[in-house]
Amino acid sequence: MNFRIIGTGSYVPDNIVTNDDLAKIVETSDEWISKRVGIKQRHISVNDTTLDMGHKAAVKAMEDAGVTADEIDLIVAATISADAASPSLACMIENRIGADCMSFDVSAACAGFLFALETAIGYIERKRAKKVLVVCSDRMSKLLDWTDRSTCVIFGDGAAGVVLEACEDGFYDSVIHTKGGDDVINIPMHDGISPFYKVEEKKPFLFMNGQATFKFAVNSITHDVKELFDKTGLAAEDIAVVIPHQANKRIIDFAQPKTGIDREKWYINIEEFGNVSGASIPIALDEMNKKGLLTRGQKILFTAFGGGLSSGAVIVEW
Amino acid sequence: MAFEKIAQMIADKIDCDVTEIKPDTQFEDLSIDSLDITEIAMDIEDEFGIEFEADPSMKTVADLVAAVEKKVG
Repeated sequence: MNFRIIGTGSYVPDNIVTNDDLAKIVETSDEWISKRVGIKQRHISVNDTTLDMGHKAAVKAMEDAGVTADEIDLIVAATISADAASPSLACMIENRIGADCMSFDVSAACAGFLFALETAIGYIERKRAKKVLVVCSDRMSKLLDWTDRSTCVIFGDGAAGVVLEACEDGFYDSVIHTKGGDDVINIPMHDGISPFYKVEEKKPFLFMNGQATFKFAVNSITHDVKELFDKTGLAAEDIAVVIPHQANKRIIDFAQPKTGIDREKWYINIEEFGNVSGASIPIALDEMNKKGLLTRGQKILFTAFGGGLSSGAVIVEW
Repeated sequence: MAFEKIAQMIADKIDCDVTEIKPDTQFEDLSIDSLDITEIAMDIEDEFGIEFEADPSMKTVADLVAAVEKKVG
């Protein structure tokens, strides 16, 4: 049993923040950001919550799929910036779209979309779900220290979703890895106001060791893609499109030759959106879908890496 | 020996003539940033078959070569 992606949708806030805008807040420049990470602008929320963005993306994905809420058997949301510890983002998307199904969140930061797909295929293979809504939504702007120029320039806000439908043909395979590493990427949460708790609180903002993250990202792409090729018997020439997590253009530039997959197959839109965590890949997928750049039967390779540390590679047949 | 290999890696990375790279050349003078050094360190791992981390305190090509030679033994 496999699934086919029968619809895609994405939503980003209207508010665009350019590199020049950021240069007014922190000591940076368009030249520095463009050269270091390949980002020209990002969308930053003014009025949208993480749920608002996820809901809007979900509705668009369902419209694209021609699916109504009552047909959805499962909603898996991937987020690290949910508006509430409870209820989950997925539960509230279920509420807003008027579905009546099973819904829960997964947490795998920038690799969240792949972990959500991996979860969904399990339910599909067990015949517990025929149509699954996967939604990734992150308001990264709420997790950032806006005085830290090394991190606040990298991320953007946004959401994207896909509707999966169980099918007998098609293709899905994956490799997924995790290893604990809060010394590389860490986003502490607020510790609360318990009068009894004595542990010193860490700043509740994103911390990233840039060099260690870069090395982890490049090695993840290289190793995960090779492992997935070995596992599936597929090779670079079998892949029509690669959509990598849009973390940093230089990561992609450095890792791409090591995979043996031609550069022209790699889809990159980081210039416009920045790093939107788990939503990066489905935003790019939706963009390609809406531009008519995908052909049914093509094999698409997703590769992602991020906090956890978590990484993975997935090949799906479009 | 390590110097020649590393100088060539740096020259390839920034697309310059290898003769421009001397032991006392500062990375800053070559407009090499910390991510460039990380990339070069990863190339060094492949080339020398070692585990190698770039130290942010490295300022010159000689600093990098010395760290690699210490690892290689």
